[in-house]
Amino acid sequence: MLALRQWWNGFMLVLAWLCAGLAAATLAIIVFYVIQRGAPALNGHFFLSVPTPVGVPGGGVANALIGSVEIIVMASLIAIPIGVMAGIYLALLGKGRLADAVRFFSDVLTGVPSIAIGIFAYTVVVVPQKHFSANSAGVALAVIMLPIIVRTTEEAVRLVNPAIREGALALGIESWKAILLVTVPCARAGIVTGALLGVARVAGESAPLLFTAFGNPVWSTNPNSPIAALPLIVFQYANSPYAEWQQIAWGGALALIVLVFVLNITARVLFPAKGYR
Amino acid sequence: MSLSASATTPVTARRRPQLTGLGDPIILGSFTLAAWLVLLLVAALFITLVIAAWPAIKTVGLTSLQSATWDPNSNKFGVLSFIYGTIVTSAIALVLAGPIGIGAALLLAEVAPKRLATPVALLIELLAAVPSVVFGIWGLYVLAPVMRTVVEPALQRWLGFLPLFQGMYYGIGMLTAGVLLAIMVLPTVTAISRDIFEAVPRDQREAMLALGSTKWEMLTRAVIPYARSGIIGALVLALGRALGEAMAVTMVIGNKPAIALSLFAPGYTMASVLANEFTEATGQQYVAMLIGIGSMLFILSMILNVFARLLVLSVAGARGARR
Repeated sequence: MLALRQWWNGFMLVLAWLCAGLAAATLAIIVFYVIQRGAPALNGHFFLSVPTPVGVPGGGVANALIGSVEIIVMASLIAIPIGVMAGIYLALLGKGRLADAVRFFSDVLTGVPSIAIGIFAYTVVVVPQKHFSANSAGVALAVIMLPIIVRTTEEAVRLVNPAIREGALALGIESWKAILLVTVPCARAGIVTGALLGVARVAGESAPLLFTAFGNPVWSTNPNSPIAALPLIVFQYANSPYAEWQQIAWGGALALIVLVFVLNITARVLFPAKGYR
Repeated sequence: MSLSASATTPVTARRRPQLTGLGDPIILGSFTLAAWLVLLLVAALFITLVIAAWPAIKTVGLTSLQSATWDPNSNKFGVLSFIYGTIVTSAIALVLAGPIGIGAALLLAEVAPKRLATPVALLIELLAAVPSVVFGIWGLYVLAPVMRTVVEPALQRWLGFLPLFQGMYYGIGMLTAGVLLAIMVLPTVTAISRDIFEAVPRDQREAMLALGSTKWEMLTRAVIPYARSGIIGALVLALGRALGEAMAVTMVIGNKPAIALSLFAPGYTMASVLANEFTEATGQQYVAMLIGIGSMLFILSMILNVFARLLVLSVAGARGARR
Protein backbone atom coordinates (compact mmCIF):
# COMPACT_ATOMS: atom_id res chain seq x y z
CA MET A 1 0.00 0.00 0.00
CA LEU A 2 2.76 2.36 0.96
CA ALA A 3 4.61 1.59 -2.24
CA LEU A 4 1.56 2.45 -4.35
CA ARG A 5 1.10 5.79 -2.60
CA GLN A 6 4.71 6.70 -3.13
CA TRP A 7 4.66 5.56 -6.71
CA TRP A 8 1.59 7.68 -7.34
CA ASN A 9 3.28 10.65 -5.63
CA GLY A 10 6.29 10.34 -7.88
CA PHE A 11 4.15 9.93 -10.98
CA MET A 12 2.04 13.01 -10.29
CA LEU A 13 5.05 15.15 -9.45
CA VAL A 14 6.68 14.16 -12.73
CA LEU A 15 3.44 15.15 -14.43
CA ALA A 16 3.64 18.57 -12.74
CA TRP A 17 7.21 18.95 -14.02
CA LEU A 18 5.95 18.12 -17.50
CA CYS A 19 3.24 20.80 -17.24
CA ALA A 20 5.74 23.51 -16.36
CA GLY A 21 8.16 22.25 -18.99
CA LEU A 22 5.43 22.30 -21.62
CA ALA A 23 4.48 25.87 -20.76
CA ALA A 24 8.09 27.06 -20.97
CA ALA A 25 8.73 25.02 -24.12
CA THR A 26 5.75 26.63 -25.86
CA LEU A 27 7.39 30.01 -25.50
CA ALA A 28 10.67 28.63 -26.81
CA ILE A 29 8.92 27.13 -29.85
CA ILE A 30 7.08 30.36 -30.67
CA VAL A 31 10.22 32.46 -30.28
CA PHE A 32 12.20 29.99 -32.39
CA TYR A 33 9.78 30.18 -35.32
CA VAL A 34 9.41 33.95 -35.12
CA ILE A 35 13.20 34.37 -35.22
CA GLN A 36 13.66 31.76 -37.95
CA ARG A 37 11.06 33.28 -40.25
CA GLY A 38 11.37 36.89 -39.21
CA ALA A 39 15.14 37.44 -39.09
CA PRO A 40 15.63 37.32 -42.90
CA ALA A 41 13.14 40.17 -43.26
CA LEU A 42 15.00 42.55 -40.98
CA ASN A 43 17.22 44.58 -43.28
CA GLY A 44 17.70 48.23 -44.13
CA HIS A 45 14.60 48.37 -46.28
CA PHE A 46 12.48 46.94 -43.49
CA PHE A 47 13.26 49.80 -41.15
CA LEU A 48 13.75 52.65 -43.63
CA SER A 49 11.28 52.19 -46.50
CA VAL A 50 7.55 52.59 -46.71
CA PRO A 51 5.46 49.70 -48.04
CA THR A 52 5.61 49.05 -51.77
CA PRO A 53 2.85 47.56 -53.93
CA VAL A 54 2.94 43.80 -54.36
CA GLY A 55 5.74 42.75 -56.69
CA VAL A 56 7.81 45.88 -56.16
CA PRO A 57 10.81 44.86 -54.07
CA GLY A 58 12.30 46.90 -51.25
CA GLY A 59 9.20 47.59 -49.21
CA GLY A 60 9.48 48.22 -45.48
CA VAL A 61 7.49 49.31 -42.51
CA ALA A 62 9.10 52.68 -41.68
CA ASN A 63 5.68 54.36 -41.67
CA ALA A 64 4.32 51.75 -39.28
CA LEU A 65 7.27 52.15 -36.93
CA ILE A 66 6.83 55.92 -36.72
CA GLY A 67 3.07 55.41 -36.44
CA SER A 68 3.44 52.99 -33.55
CA VAL A 69 5.85 55.33 -31.79
CA GLU A 70 3.46 58.25 -32.24
CA ILE A 71 0.44 56.35 -30.94
CA ILE A 72 2.33 54.95 -27.96
CA VAL A 73 3.70 58.39 -27.05
CA MET A 74 0.18 59.84 -27.18
CA ALA A 75 -1.18 57.02 -25.03
CA SER A 76 1.67 57.49 -22.54
CA LEU A 77 1.09 61.23 -22.32
CA ILE A 78 -2.51 60.58 -21.33
CA ALA A 79 -2.17 57.48 -19.19
CA ILE A 80 1.09 58.00 -17.28
CA PRO A 81 0.23 61.26 -15.47
CA ILE A 82 -3.28 60.13 -14.55
CA GLY A 83 -2.13 56.63 -13.66
CA VAL A 84 0.79 57.78 -11.51
CA MET A 85 -1.40 60.29 -9.65
CA ALA A 86 -4.12 57.72 -9.05
CA GLY A 87 -1.47 55.22 -7.92
CA ILE A 88 -0.04 57.74 -5.44
CA TYR A 89 -3.56 58.37 -4.19
CA LEU A 90 -4.12 54.66 -3.61
CA ALA A 91 -0.80 54.19 -1.83
CA LEU A 92 -0.77 57.25 0.42
CA LEU A 93 -4.10 59.04 0.62
CA GLY A 94 -6.78 56.56 -0.22
CA LYS A 95 -8.74 54.94 2.50
CA GLY A 96 -12.12 53.37 2.54
CA ARG A 97 -14.55 52.77 -0.25
CA LEU A 98 -13.18 55.04 -2.98
CA ALA A 99 -9.73 53.48 -2.79
CA ASP A 100 -11.12 49.95 -2.69
CA ALA A 101 -13.37 50.66 -5.65
CA VAL A 102 -10.55 52.22 -7.70
CA ARG A 103 -8.26 49.29 -6.94
CA PHE A 104 -10.93 46.75 -7.77
CA PHE A 105 -12.13 48.36 -10.98
CA SER A 106 -8.67 49.08 -12.30
CA ASP A 107 -7.99 45.35 -11.90
CA VAL A 108 -11.26 44.62 -13.67
CA LEU A 109 -10.29 47.06 -16.42
CA THR A 110 -7.17 45.01 -17.18
CA GLY A 111 -9.49 42.12 -18.02
CA VAL A 112 -11.70 44.02 -20.46
CA PRO A 113 -11.10 42.75 -24.01
CA SER A 114 -8.96 45.25 -25.89
CA ILE A 115 -11.31 45.05 -28.85
CA ALA A 116 -14.15 46.37 -26.67
CA ILE A 117 -11.91 49.28 -25.68
CA GLY A 118 -11.29 49.86 -29.38
CA ILE A 119 -15.03 50.15 -29.93
CA PHE A 120 -15.22 52.60 -27.04
CA ALA A 121 -12.55 54.81 -28.63
CA TYR A 122 -14.31 54.46 -31.97
CA THR A 123 -17.56 55.66 -30.46
CA VAL A 124 -16.21 58.56 -28.44
CA VAL A 125 -13.45 59.81 -30.77
CA VAL A 126 -13.76 58.44 -34.30
CA VAL A 127 -17.51 58.93 -34.71
CA PRO A 128 -17.56 62.60 -33.60
CA GLN A 129 -14.41 63.29 -35.66
CA LYS A 130 -15.97 61.45 -38.59
CA HIS A 131 -12.67 59.81 -39.59
CA PHE A 132 -10.11 57.34 -38.29
CA SER A 133 -7.11 58.98 -36.66
CA ALA A 134 -3.91 58.48 -34.73
CA ASN A 135 -5.27 60.35 -31.71
CA SER A 136 -8.24 58.01 -31.37
CA ALA A 137 -5.76 55.12 -31.25
CA GLY A 138 -3.84 57.01 -28.56
CA VAL A 139 -7.02 57.23 -26.48
CA ALA A 140 -7.73 53.51 -26.89
CA LEU A 141 -4.22 52.49 -25.86
CA ALA A 142 -4.25 54.95 -22.94
CA VAL A 143 -7.33 53.19 -21.53
CA ILE A 144 -5.51 49.86 -21.78
CA MET A 145 -2.32 51.21 -20.17
CA LEU A 146 -3.97 53.09 -17.32
CA PRO A 147 -4.78 50.25 -14.90
CA ILE A 148 -1.29 48.75 -15.22
CA ILE A 149 0.32 52.08 -14.35
CA VAL A 150 -2.10 52.72 -11.47
CA ARG A 151 -1.45 49.38 -9.80
CA THR A 152 2.32 49.28 -10.35
CA THR A 153 2.73 52.85 -9.09
CA GLU A 154 0.65 52.03 -6.04
CA GLU A 155 2.81 49.02 -5.26
CA ALA A 156 6.01 50.98 -5.76
CA VAL A 157 4.96 53.93 -3.59
CA ARG A 158 3.59 51.64 -0.91
CA LEU A 159 6.99 49.96 -0.59
CA VAL A 160 8.66 53.22 0.44
CA ASN A 161 9.13 53.32 4.19
CA PRO A 162 6.47 55.71 5.55
CA ALA A 163 8.91 56.83 8.25
CA ILE A 164 10.90 58.98 5.83
CA ARG A 165 7.79 60.89 4.79
CA GLU A 166 6.72 61.23 8.38
CA GLY A 167 10.20 62.55 9.13
CA ALA A 168 9.77 65.19 6.45
CA LEU A 169 6.32 66.07 7.76
CA ALA A 170 7.72 66.40 11.27
CA LEU A 171 10.16 68.99 9.94
CA GLY A 172 7.17 71.08 8.94
CA ILE A 173 7.06 70.48 5.21
CA GLU A 174 3.69 70.52 3.51
CA SER A 175 2.11 67.19 2.79
CA TRP A 176 2.25 67.50 -1.00
CA LYS A 177 5.93 68.39 -0.89
CA ALA A 178 6.63 65.43 1.36
CA ILE A 179 4.92 63.19 -1.18
CA LEU A 180 6.41 64.64 -4.34
CA LEU A 181 9.91 65.44 -3.06
CA VAL A 182 10.52 62.64 -0.57
CA THR A 183 8.34 59.58 -1.16
CA VAL A 184 7.91 59.63 -4.93
CA PRO A 185 11.64 59.97 -5.73
CA CYS A 186 12.26 56.89 -3.59
CA ALA A 187 9.70 55.00 -5.65
CA ARG A 188 11.18 56.19 -8.95
CA ALA A 189 12.29 52.78 -10.20
CA GLY A 190 8.92 51.23 -9.55
CA ILE A 191 7.06 54.06 -11.22
CA VAL A 192 9.28 53.80 -14.31
CA THR A 193 8.58 50.06 -14.27
CA GLY A 194 4.85 50.74 -14.34
CA ALA A 195 5.31 52.96 -17.38
CA LEU A 196 7.47 50.35 -19.12
CA LEU A 197 4.98 47.57 -18.41
CA GLY A 198 2.18 49.80 -19.65
CA VAL A 199 4.05 50.51 -22.89
CA ALA A 200 4.92 46.82 -23.26
CA ARG A 201 1.28 45.92 -22.84
CA VAL A 202 0.06 48.25 -25.60
CA ALA A 203 3.01 48.10 -28.01
CA GLY A 204 1.78 44.84 -29.48
CA GLU A 205 -1.94 45.62 -29.28
CA SER A 206 -3.61 45.39 -32.65
CA ALA A 207 -7.33 44.82 -32.02
CA PRO A 208 -8.18 48.34 -30.80
CA LEU A 209 -6.15 49.89 -33.63
CA LEU A 210 -8.33 48.31 -36.31
CA PHE A 211 -11.06 50.87 -35.90
CA THR A 212 -9.05 53.78 -34.55
CA ALA A 213 -5.66 54.07 -36.27
CA PHE A 214 -7.01 52.04 -39.19
CA GLY A 215 -3.64 51.76 -40.96
CA ASN A 216 -2.17 53.87 -43.71
CA PRO A 217 -0.07 52.63 -46.63
CA VAL A 218 1.89 55.88 -46.93
CA TRP A 219 4.08 57.92 -44.61
CA SER A 220 2.00 59.97 -42.20
CA THR A 221 2.56 61.56 -38.84
CA ASN A 222 -0.57 63.68 -38.80
CA PRO A 223 -2.37 62.93 -35.53
CA ASN A 224 -5.69 63.70 -37.20
CA SER A 225 -5.43 61.24 -40.03
CA PRO A 226 -5.32 57.45 -40.21
CA ILE A 227 -1.88 56.13 -39.34
CA ALA A 228 0.02 52.89 -39.83
CA ALA A 229 1.09 50.79 -36.86
CA LEU A 230 3.39 47.78 -36.63
CA PRO A 231 0.87 45.31 -35.14
CA LEU A 232 -1.67 46.28 -37.81
CA ILE A 233 0.84 45.69 -40.61
CA VAL A 234 1.65 42.28 -39.15
CA PHE A 235 -2.04 41.41 -39.11
CA GLN A 236 -2.77 42.69 -42.61
CA TYR A 237 0.34 41.25 -44.24
CA ALA A 238 0.12 37.88 -42.46
CA ASN A 239 -3.37 37.41 -43.90
CA SER A 240 -2.28 38.42 -47.41
CA PRO A 241 -1.61 35.79 -50.06
CA TYR A 242 1.75 37.31 -51.12
CA ALA A 243 5.00 35.74 -49.96
CA GLU A 244 6.87 39.05 -49.75
CA TRP A 245 4.18 40.53 -47.54
CA GLN A 246 4.07 37.45 -45.34
CA GLN A 247 7.84 37.77 -44.99
CA ILE A 248 7.46 41.37 -43.83
CA ALA A 249 4.74 40.26 -41.40
CA TRP A 250 7.16 37.76 -39.81
CA GLY A 251 9.76 40.51 -39.60
CA GLY A 252 7.23 42.73 -37.88
CA ALA A 253 6.33 39.93 -35.47
CA LEU A 254 10.00 39.52 -34.57
CA ALA A 255 10.41 43.26 -34.04
CA LEU A 256 7.33 43.30 -31.78
CA ILE A 257 8.43 40.34 -29.72
CA VAL A 258 11.93 41.79 -29.23
CA LEU A 259 10.50 45.15 -28.20
CA VAL A 260 8.01 43.65 -25.76
CA PHE A 261 10.55 41.28 -24.19
CA VAL A 262 13.16 44.02 -23.78
CA LEU A 263 10.60 46.27 -22.08
CA ASN A 264 9.39 43.49 -19.81
CA ILE A 265 12.83 42.31 -18.78
CA THR A 266 14.05 45.86 -18.19
CA ALA A 267 11.01 46.44 -16.01
CA ARG A 268 11.71 43.32 -13.93
CA VAL A 269 15.37 44.23 -13.51
CA LEU A 270 14.55 47.79 -12.45
CA PHE A 271 11.93 46.77 -9.95
CA PRO A 272 12.31 43.17 -8.86
CA ALA A 273 9.45 43.47 -6.37
CA LYS A 274 7.09 43.17 -9.30
CA GLY A 275 7.30 39.73 -10.73
CA TYR A 276 9.74 37.00 -9.86
CA ARG A 277 10.08 36.04 -6.30
CA MET B 1 -0.15 55.07 8.13
CA SER B 2 -0.40 58.49 6.53
CA LEU B 3 -0.78 61.76 8.30
CA SER B 4 -3.76 63.65 7.03
CA ALA B 5 -3.25 66.73 4.91
CA SER B 6 -4.96 69.11 7.28
CA ALA B 7 -2.71 68.18 10.21
CA THR B 8 0.31 69.78 8.57
CA THR B 9 -1.11 72.99 7.15
CA PRO B 10 -1.14 75.08 10.34
CA VAL B 11 2.59 74.50 10.80
CA THR B 12 3.48 75.98 7.44
CA ALA B 13 0.83 78.66 7.60
CA ARG B 14 2.61 80.23 10.53
CA ARG B 15 5.95 80.61 8.74
CA ARG B 16 4.93 81.38 5.20
CA PRO B 17 2.57 83.61 3.25
CA GLN B 18 -0.95 82.25 3.04
CA LEU B 19 -0.60 81.31 -0.66
CA THR B 20 1.64 78.26 -0.10
CA GLY B 21 -1.10 76.67 1.97
CA LEU B 22 -2.90 76.09 -1.31
CA GLY B 23 -0.41 73.40 -2.36
CA ASP B 24 -2.02 70.66 -0.33
CA PRO B 25 -5.59 71.06 -1.49
CA ILE B 26 -4.54 71.51 -5.14
CA ILE B 27 -1.98 68.73 -5.44
CA LEU B 28 -3.61 66.21 -3.14
CA GLY B 29 -6.97 67.07 -4.69
CA SER B 30 -5.62 66.30 -8.13
CA PHE B 31 -4.43 62.89 -6.92
CA THR B 32 -7.93 62.18 -5.68
CA LEU B 33 -9.38 63.44 -8.94
CA ALA B 34 -7.14 61.04 -10.89
CA ALA B 35 -8.46 58.18 -8.78
CA TRP B 36 -12.02 59.25 -9.54
CA LEU B 37 -11.11 59.40 -13.24
CA VAL B 38 -10.32 55.68 -13.21
CA LEU B 39 -13.79 54.94 -11.86
CA LEU B 40 -15.42 57.38 -14.27
CA LEU B 41 -13.60 55.70 -17.13
CA VAL B 42 -15.07 52.31 -16.27
CA ALA B 43 -18.52 53.90 -16.02
CA ALA B 44 -17.96 55.73 -19.32
CA LEU B 45 -16.97 52.49 -21.05
CA PHE B 46 -20.14 50.84 -19.85
CA ILE B 47 -22.48 53.72 -20.70
CA THR B 48 -20.92 54.41 -24.11
CA LEU B 49 -21.06 50.80 -25.23
CA VAL B 50 -24.66 50.37 -24.14
CA ILE B 51 -25.79 53.62 -25.78
CA ALA B 52 -23.93 52.81 -29.00
CA ALA B 53 -25.51 49.38 -29.11
CA TRP B 54 -28.99 50.72 -28.35
CA PRO B 55 -30.18 50.95 -31.99
CA ALA B 56 -29.33 47.27 -32.39
CA ILE B 57 -30.98 46.28 -29.13
CA LYS B 58 -34.11 48.23 -30.09
CA THR B 59 -34.50 46.89 -33.62
CA VAL B 60 -33.22 43.35 -33.46
CA GLY B 61 -32.79 42.79 -29.77
CA LEU B 62 -33.49 39.36 -28.45
CA THR B 63 -34.52 37.90 -31.79
CA SER B 64 -30.86 38.06 -32.89
CA LEU B 65 -30.07 35.65 -30.07
CA GLN B 66 -32.39 33.06 -31.56
CA SER B 67 -30.95 32.94 -35.04
CA ALA B 68 -27.64 31.76 -36.43
CA THR B 69 -28.11 33.40 -39.83
CA TRP B 70 -25.59 36.19 -40.21
CA ASP B 71 -26.12 37.80 -43.58
CA PRO B 72 -25.67 41.57 -43.33
CA ASN B 73 -26.44 42.06 -47.03
CA SER B 74 -30.01 40.93 -46.50
CA ASN B 75 -30.27 42.42 -43.00
CA LYS B 76 -30.12 39.09 -41.19
CA PHE B 77 -28.24 39.54 -37.95
CA GLY B 78 -28.40 36.30 -36.02
CA VAL B 79 -25.53 36.13 -33.53
CA LEU B 80 -25.99 32.60 -32.25
CA SER B 81 -23.09 31.17 -34.25
CA PHE B 82 -20.70 33.74 -32.71
CA ILE B 83 -21.85 32.86 -29.22
CA TYR B 84 -21.47 29.18 -30.03
CA GLY B 85 -17.97 29.66 -31.46
CA THR B 86 -16.95 31.74 -28.44
CA ILE B 87 -18.18 29.10 -26.00
CA VAL B 88 -16.58 26.20 -27.88
CA THR B 89 -13.16 27.80 -28.36
CA SER B 90 -13.02 29.09 -24.76
CA ALA B 91 -14.05 25.70 -23.46
CA ILE B 92 -11.27 23.98 -25.41
CA ALA B 93 -8.82 26.59 -24.10
CA LEU B 94 -9.84 26.01 -20.48
CA VAL B 95 -9.88 22.22 -20.76
CA LEU B 96 -6.29 22.30 -22.03
CA ALA B 97 -4.83 25.26 -20.14
CA GLY B 98 -6.59 24.57 -16.82
CA PRO B 99 -4.90 21.32 -15.78
CA ILE B 100 -1.56 22.22 -17.37
CA GLY B 101 -1.54 25.70 -15.82
CA ILE B 102 -2.50 24.45 -12.38
CA GLY B 103 0.07 21.65 -12.63
CA ALA B 104 2.77 24.13 -13.57
CA ALA B 105 1.72 26.46 -10.75
CA LEU B 106 1.86 23.61 -8.22
CA LEU B 107 5.34 22.79 -9.39
CA LEU B 108 6.57 26.39 -9.26
CA ALA B 109 5.03 27.14 -5.87
CA GLU B 110 5.48 23.87 -4.04
CA VAL B 111 7.96 21.48 -5.62
CA ALA B 112 10.69 23.11 -7.69
CA PRO B 113 13.70 24.65 -5.96
CA LYS B 114 13.58 28.43 -6.10
CA ARG B 115 16.54 28.84 -8.43
CA LEU B 116 14.73 26.71 -10.99
CA ALA B 117 11.24 28.06 -10.34
CA THR B 118 12.30 31.67 -10.92
CA PRO B 119 13.56 31.30 -14.50
CA VAL B 120 10.68 29.00 -15.47
CA ALA B 121 8.21 31.51 -14.06
CA LEU B 122 9.99 34.21 -16.05
CA LEU B 123 9.53 32.24 -19.27
CA ILE B 124 5.87 31.61 -18.54
CA GLU B 125 5.28 35.29 -17.78
CA LEU B 126 7.05 36.32 -20.97
CA LEU B 127 4.59 34.06 -22.77
CA ALA B 128 1.88 36.36 -21.39
CA ALA B 129 3.64 39.36 -22.93
CA VAL B 130 3.70 37.97 -26.48
CA PRO B 131 1.38 40.18 -28.58
CA SER B 132 -1.75 38.43 -29.77
CA VAL B 133 -0.99 39.18 -33.41
CA VAL B 134 2.28 37.25 -33.01
CA PHE B 135 0.32 34.29 -31.63
CA GLY B 136 -1.91 34.76 -34.65
CA ILE B 137 0.81 34.62 -37.29
CA TRP B 138 2.44 31.68 -35.52
CA GLY B 139 -0.92 29.92 -35.29
CA LEU B 140 -1.65 30.50 -38.95
CA TYR B 141 1.69 29.37 -40.38
CA VAL B 142 3.04 26.92 -37.79
CA LEU B 143 0.25 25.57 -35.59
CA ALA B 144 -2.46 25.20 -38.23
CA PRO B 145 -0.36 23.01 -40.57
CA VAL B 146 0.65 20.80 -37.62
CA MET B 147 -3.00 20.49 -36.62
CA ARG B 148 -3.97 19.57 -40.18
CA THR B 149 -1.26 17.02 -40.83
CA VAL B 150 -0.70 15.49 -37.40
CA VAL B 151 -3.15 16.30 -34.63
CA GLU B 152 -6.49 16.29 -36.42
CA PRO B 153 -5.90 13.06 -38.41
CA ALA B 154 -4.81 11.35 -35.18
CA LEU B 155 -7.86 12.60 -33.29
CA GLN B 156 -10.12 11.42 -36.08
CA ARG B 157 -8.49 8.03 -36.15
CA TRP B 158 -8.67 7.35 -32.41
CA LEU B 159 -11.70 9.38 -31.37
CA GLY B 160 -13.52 9.62 -34.67
CA PHE B 161 -16.55 7.81 -33.24
CA LEU B 162 -17.36 11.04 -31.38
CA PRO B 163 -19.24 13.61 -33.48
CA LEU B 164 -16.75 16.22 -32.21
CA PHE B 165 -13.98 14.74 -34.32
CA GLN B 166 -15.83 13.90 -37.51
CA GLY B 167 -15.91 15.57 -40.89
CA MET B 168 -13.29 17.30 -42.96
CA TYR B 169 -10.30 18.87 -41.30
CA TYR B 170 -8.51 21.91 -42.66
CA GLY B 171 -6.15 22.92 -39.84
CA ILE B 172 -8.11 26.17 -39.73
CA GLY B 173 -11.07 25.83 -37.40
CA MET B 174 -12.43 25.95 -33.87
CA LEU B 175 -10.04 23.31 -32.50
CA THR B 176 -6.95 25.20 -33.69
CA ALA B 177 -8.38 28.43 -32.30
CA GLY B 178 -9.03 26.68 -28.98
CA VAL B 179 -5.49 25.30 -28.80
CA LEU B 180 -4.03 28.73 -29.59
CA LEU B 181 -6.23 30.31 -26.91
CA ALA B 182 -5.07 27.65 -24.47
CA ILE B 183 -1.46 28.74 -25.04
CA MET B 184 -2.45 32.37 -24.62
CA VAL B 185 -4.33 31.92 -21.32
CA LEU B 186 -1.86 29.42 -19.85
CA PRO B 187 0.28 32.17 -18.22
CA THR B 188 -2.84 33.69 -16.63
CA VAL B 189 -3.81 30.37 -15.03
CA THR B 190 -0.24 29.63 -13.93
CA ALA B 191 0.64 33.03 -12.50
CA ILE B 192 -2.56 33.48 -10.50
CA SER B 193 -2.72 29.88 -9.26
CA ARG B 194 0.89 30.21 -8.14
CA ASP B 195 0.06 33.31 -6.11
CA ILE B 196 -2.89 31.47 -4.62
CA PHE B 197 -0.81 28.43 -3.64
CA GLU B 198 1.81 30.65 -2.07
CA ALA B 199 -0.89 32.29 0.02
CA VAL B 200 -1.90 28.96 1.59
CA PRO B 201 -0.64 28.97 5.21
CA ARG B 202 2.34 26.77 6.05
CA ASP B 203 0.51 25.11 8.96
CA GLN B 204 -1.87 23.61 6.48
CA ARG B 205 1.00 21.75 4.78
CA GLU B 206 2.95 20.88 7.89
CA ALA B 207 -0.08 19.35 9.58
CA MET B 208 -0.69 17.12 6.59
CA LEU B 209 2.95 16.07 6.28
CA ALA B 210 3.10 15.38 10.01
CA LEU B 211 0.32 12.84 9.50
CA GLY B 212 2.68 10.96 7.20
CA SER B 213 1.27 11.99 3.84
CA THR B 214 3.29 12.04 0.66
CA LYS B 215 3.92 15.38 -1.01
CA TRP B 216 1.20 14.77 -3.57
CA GLU B 217 -1.34 13.81 -0.89
CA MET B 218 -0.40 16.96 0.98
CA LEU B 219 -1.00 19.03 -2.15
CA THR B 220 -4.32 17.45 -3.10
CA ARG B 221 -5.78 17.20 0.37
CA ALA B 222 -4.41 20.20 2.24
CA VAL B 223 -3.32 22.82 -0.30
CA ILE B 224 -5.75 22.51 -3.20
CA PRO B 225 -8.94 22.40 -1.07
CA TYR B 226 -7.79 25.52 0.76
CA ALA B 227 -7.03 27.25 -2.54
CA ARG B 228 -10.09 26.01 -4.41
CA SER B 229 -12.07 29.21 -4.78
CA GLY B 230 -8.91 31.08 -5.80
CA ILE B 231 -8.16 28.51 -8.49
CA ILE B 232 -11.70 28.83 -9.80
CA GLY B 233 -11.07 32.58 -9.89
CA ALA B 234 -7.89 32.03 -11.93
CA LEU B 235 -9.82 29.86 -14.38
CA VAL B 236 -12.60 32.42 -14.70
CA LEU B 237 -10.04 35.16 -15.39
CA ALA B 238 -8.52 32.94 -18.06
CA LEU B 239 -12.00 32.41 -19.48
CA GLY B 240 -12.48 36.18 -19.64
CA ARG B 241 -9.25 36.51 -21.57
CA ALA B 242 -10.18 33.73 -23.96
CA LEU B 243 -13.62 35.18 -24.66
CA GLY B 244 -12.27 38.58 -25.61
CA GLU B 245 -9.31 37.53 -27.73
CA ALA B 246 -9.92 38.76 -31.24
CA MET B 247 -6.85 38.94 -33.44
CA ALA B 248 -5.22 35.57 -32.95
CA VAL B 249 -8.58 33.81 -33.15
CA THR B 250 -9.70 35.55 -36.31
CA MET B 251 -6.47 34.47 -37.99
CA VAL B 252 -6.99 30.74 -37.35
CA ILE B 253 -10.69 30.05 -36.91
CA GLY B 254 -11.81 30.38 -40.52
CA ASN B 255 -14.36 33.17 -39.90
CA LYS B 256 -17.44 31.25 -40.97
CA PRO B 257 -20.74 32.12 -39.26
CA ALA B 258 -22.04 28.60 -38.87
CA ILE B 259 -22.76 26.18 -36.06
CA ALA B 260 -21.04 22.85 -36.59
CA LEU B 261 -20.74 20.03 -34.11
CA SER B 262 -17.29 19.05 -35.36
CA LEU B 263 -14.43 20.87 -33.68
CA PHE B 264 -12.52 20.67 -36.95
CA ALA B 265 -15.07 22.93 -38.66
CA PRO B 266 -14.39 26.62 -39.20
CA GLY B 267 -16.34 28.96 -36.96
CA TYR B 268 -16.52 32.51 -35.72
CA THR B 269 -16.42 34.15 -32.31
CA MET B 270 -17.91 37.37 -30.97
CA ALA B 271 -14.50 39.00 -30.75
CA SER B 272 -13.25 37.75 -34.10
CA VAL B 273 -16.30 38.97 -36.02
CA LEU B 274 -15.56 42.44 -34.67
CA ALA B 275 -11.93 42.24 -35.74
CA ASN B 276 -12.83 40.94 -39.15
CA GLU B 277 -15.92 42.89 -40.17
CA PHE B 278 -16.10 46.13 -38.21
CA THR B 279 -14.08 48.30 -40.56
CA GLU B 280 -15.87 46.90 -43.59
CA ALA B 281 -19.35 47.21 -42.14
CA THR B 282 -21.62 49.42 -44.20
CA GLY B 283 -25.01 50.66 -43.10
CA GLN B 284 -26.05 51.89 -39.71
CA GLN B 285 -27.68 48.70 -38.59
CA TYR B 286 -24.69 46.53 -39.48
CA VAL B 287 -22.37 48.78 -37.48
CA ALA B 288 -24.82 49.00 -34.58
CA MET B 289 -25.17 45.23 -34.57
CA LEU B 290 -21.40 44.77 -34.34
CA ILE B 291 -21.21 47.34 -31.56
CA GLY B 292 -23.97 45.37 -29.85
CA ILE B 293 -21.79 42.27 -30.00
CA GLY B 294 -18.94 44.35 -28.58
CA SER B 295 -21.12 45.49 -25.68
CA MET B 296 -22.17 41.94 -24.96
CA LEU B 297 -18.53 40.96 -24.90
CA PHE B 298 -17.69 43.87 -22.61
CA ILE B 299 -20.51 43.17 -20.17
CA LEU B 300 -19.75 39.44 -20.14
CA SER B 301 -16.06 40.06 -19.45
CA MET B 302 -16.92 42.59 -16.71
CA ILE B 303 -19.16 40.08 -14.97
CA LEU B 304 -16.55 37.32 -15.22
CA ASN B 305 -13.78 39.62 -14.02
CA VAL B 306 -15.70 40.95 -11.04
CA PHE B 307 -16.64 37.42 -10.03
CA ALA B 308 -13.10 36.09 -10.54
CA ARG B 309 -11.37 38.94 -8.70
CA LEU B 310 -13.66 38.48 -5.73
CA LEU B 311 -12.80 34.77 -5.62
CA VAL B 312 -9.08 35.44 -5.93
CA LEU B 313 -9.21 38.17 -3.28
CA SER B 314 -10.95 35.79 -0.91
CA VAL B 315 -7.90 33.52 -0.93
CA ALA B 316 -4.82 35.51 -1.79
CA GLY B 317 -5.67 38.99 -0.61
CA ALA B 318 -4.47 41.93 -2.65
CA ARG B 319 -1.42 40.16 -4.00
CA GLY B 320 -3.12 37.60 -6.17
CA ALA B 321 -5.63 39.99 -7.61
CA ARG B 322 -3.27 42.52 -9.10
CA ARG B 323 -2.58 40.64 -12.31
